[in-house]
Amino acid sequence: MEIEKLTALEIREGIIRGDFSCEELVKKLYKRIKVVDKDINAYLTLCEEKALEDARKVDEKVKNKKILGKLAGVPIAIKDNICTDEIKTTCASKMLEDFIPPYNASVIKKLKEEDAIIIGKTNMDEFSMGGSTENSAFKITKNPHDLERVPGGSSGGSAAAVASGIAVLSLGSDTGGSIRQPAAFCGVIGLKPTYGLVSRFGLVSFASSLDQIGPITKSVKDCALCLDVVAGYDPKDNTSSKSQETISYLEGIDAGVRGMKIVLPEELLSQDINVEIKNAIEESAKKFKELGAEVEYIPLSVFNRGLSSYYIISSAEASSNLGRYDGIRYGYRTKEFKDVYELMVKSRSEAFGEEVKRRIMFGTLVLSSNYYDDYYKKALKFRGNLSREFKKIFEGYDLILSPVTLDFPSKIGEKKSNSLEMNFGDVYTSNVNLAGLPAISIPCGKSTNGLPIGIQIIGDHFSERKILRAAEAFLGGAKV
Amino acid sequence: MKYETIVGLEIHAELKTKTKIFCSCSTKFGSRPNENTCPVCLGLPGTLPVVNEEVINLAVKAGIALKCKINQISKMDRKNYFYPDLPKAYQISQFNLPICKDGYIEINSKEKIKKVRLNRIHIEEDAGKLIHSENEAYSLIDYNRAGIPLIEIVTEPDLRSAEEAVAFLKALKEILEYCDISDCKMEEGSLRCDVNISLREKGSSKLNTKVEIKNLNSFKELQRAIEQEEERQRKLYALGEGHKIIQETRRFDSSKGETVSMRTKEDINDYRYFKEPDLLPILIRNEIIEKAKESIPELPNEKRERFKNIYKLNEKEIEIIVGDRSLAKYYEELVNKGVNAKIASNWLLSDISRLMNENKLTIDKFPVRPDRMSKLLKFVESGKINNSAAKEVLEEMVNKLSDENPEEIIKKRGLIQENSVEKIKPIVEKVLKENEKVVEEYKNGKKQVKGFLVGMIIKATEKKANPRVINEILDEILM
Repeated sequence: MEIEKLTALEIREGIIRGDFSCEELVKKLYKRIKVVDKDINAYLTLCEEKALEDARKVDEKVKNKKILGKLAGVPIAIKDNICTDEIKTTCASKMLEDFIPPYNASVIKKLKEEDAIIIGKTNMDEFSMGGSTENSAFKITKNPHDLERVPGGSSGGSAAAVASGIAVLSLGSDTGGSIRQPAAFCGVIGLKPTYGLVSRFGLVSFASSLDQIGPITKSVKDCALCLDVVAGYDPKDNTSSKSQETISYLEGIDAGVRGMKIVLPEELLSQDINVEIKNAIEESAKKFKELGAEVEYIPLSVFNRGLSSYYIISSAEASSNLGRYDGIRYGYRTKEFKDVYELMVKSRSEAFGEEVKRRIMFGTLVLSSNYYDDYYKKALKFRGNLSREFKKIFEGYDLILSPVTLDFPSKIGEKKSNSLEMNFGDVYTSNVNLAGLPAISIPCGKSTNGLPIGIQIIGDHFSERKILRAAEAFLGGAKV
Repeated sequence: MKYETIVGLEIHAELKTKTKIFCSCSTKFGSRPNENTCPVCLGLPGTLPVVNEEVINLAVKAGIALKCKINQISKMDRKNYFYPDLPKAYQISQFNLPICKDGYIEINSKEKIKKVRLNRIHIEEDAGKLIHSENEAYSLIDYNRAGIPLIEIVTEPDLRSAEEAVAFLKALKEILEYCDISDCKMEEGSLRCDVNISLREKGSSKLNTKVEIKNLNSFKELQRAIEQEEERQRKLYALGEGHKIIQETRRFDSSKGETVSMRTKEDINDYRYFKEPDLLPILIRNEIIEKAKESIPELPNEKRERFKNIYKLNEKEIEIIVGDRSLAKYYEELVNKGVNAKIASNWLLSDISRLMNENKLTIDKFPVRPDRMSKLLKFVESGKINNSAAKEVLEEMVNKLSDENPEEIIKKRGLIQENSVEKIKPIVEKVLKENEKVVEEYKNGKKQVKGFLVGMIIKATEKKANPRVINEILDEILM
């Protein structure tokens, strides 16, 4: 058994067939993690004991011929902003360094109900703010394709873990591209579902109106399988959607793209984009044509202007969401203080990283009464226009193709000090969050020096089925 | 120069729900500190609010009872500020789209009916409570109150005096209690009042700088705070120092009997309101409004009118009985069980009230319920027992917590009233004989000793004789 090559579907089948036991598999995986993760640094916390305990439960079920869950025995890595009962959930921040939630996020509950094995918690940019995982307070995660480069972010640990075969699949979260961009940088598959499809209960909020949990996998089918498990209405999340899918996302996934109408926004390719990426996207468009889709370039100017709205709205919500970390009830508390206000100010100043503070300040500013109309209100207006524009496109087309990133992952340390340049990387991804749309990032080639290139497939609200079908057709069922 | 006082009120009332506004924690008052908390109301990372539907129902009911328009689409907003009792560092409230708007309450002011307009009613969550101990360097926080649902009711600046403000608050409290919207226990903080107050020259229509006084938790405090602040501002205007009245928040120091500054406008938070992204807009279907309408009982003013017309009660009796919904309910049950309206109100306002006070009971906890009470009063009404015997029976039922029926106690104690002239007359004669001196005094014109004689005769009949019959016999003999 070469665990690094197995997909979730193969593992479940292998366990049922008796090719290997779940315990054996999990033990082997931890052995591999101990070697590989020395270089990668994908994990912040490992929960080996609990995982082995859960694995033995799965084996017991196999022995007793009980019905196995959809993800039976599948080792899964979880981004460290998704709450796990009795397992540290730090958001890669000094603020929550010792925070152990007394509850599971709804997605964790669902994974466990389907017999998945939680392997550990993965590194990320602090509170998901960043695109390289360098904003972690604890460690620097490396890109498995080039250890000198960043894995992307903010779900960098989750993407790197899957790419280096130390997790079979993982969960990330995506607020402005945080699943799709690291998936592209690490050469794996990452899906950001429609806003409201997956419950956010237990996901530590960055920007509540944009955040969404999604899978990072080695195959499109694994992605569909994982979505089957985590999607669906949750009474604990008022923004989760009631229109439930009852058919598996695997159903009809092989139907191909023949007859689908696909567009590429003209502007995307005129932007300041790396030429190798540009070529790969154009080649991909041709491939979709060869597969039977109709492919068209159309102007979609609104695509280029989403970034500032994204930063205003996400920072505004973040400034409010992160207010609760005040050192009073849990989390980091400063050692010395004169009064309660100093306690709060010092705790926050000492425990938040630079990028987090920058966004809190920016978000506070745009919501303050003197600036609200000029920034926040305008951003909301733009957001509304953007959604209408996307809606119009989906009246005539099935899917939009776009690059995921402007460039390849940077060298570690290279861009960390340049927040603006780093943030500009979200240009292709953040407007998808603003409109609440689903989008997947799949590998579509490699650079001359071997770095993966991702392509983004965007669909209308709740069109995950169509997106997965197109992705599966494009990759021809291949594992990545 | 003549000034008039301009007052507006902001009232917070805790809604009478079993569970909190965004989680399923209990709203019980007086639990152990932090007993009624969970990850949601403690604002732990990753938790999300879900609106308790009962909160919407009660807020709509309040809106209808207070003659408001209901906004069928409203939304929740975040009010951001840092304070240790606020777990999320924002309060989920409503900013520019409250659930109800434009209502009014009618109050009595100077013998006239005055309409006090309401600007809005919105829903929000309460914060926790800081407990400062004098001897320790630390403070403690109890989050049981965090997430208790509140409605905030904001009036227009229509009130012109402390009396009007008190009358308004009383009327509001009555309506909220009547409709089961809030239990309005000011001493437990489930009804709290802030006041905005300014002065202006009589006849002028402009509004001068107002001062806010926070957290007035009794009618007395409200009255005194307004009077004191009125006086403070009046003096400043009289000295030509009106500019010294600045927009600020003050509190009422009841030990000093004056208002003191808490913070000025410069310190006032910029709350950075924005739409709560964790909650969808609140849509209020017609059924909810219809249901709320149906659930509204007769309101206090309607009841006053009815009690006046049907039971012929006087104003004082109406004020006391209708002023307390439970008392009114008890009263009507007595009357519905056939007790004479006047006898029922007399007993309710004298002996029942006295026994309630002596035993520190509310009418809800009064052990003699209307069924037994009505039986007792019917004995009085039919003349089978006299008033003093009835008092004795009532006292036994209350003080000895006897659950016996009145007739059993009457029988046991032999309290059936003696109405027969033949039986009473010999006793009267006997008593008069024993008190010849007093009889003499009476005949000499000292008429007030008659009462003494009646008392002696009642005693001699072991309280059984009908006082009316005794009087008749006495009059006959002494004439």
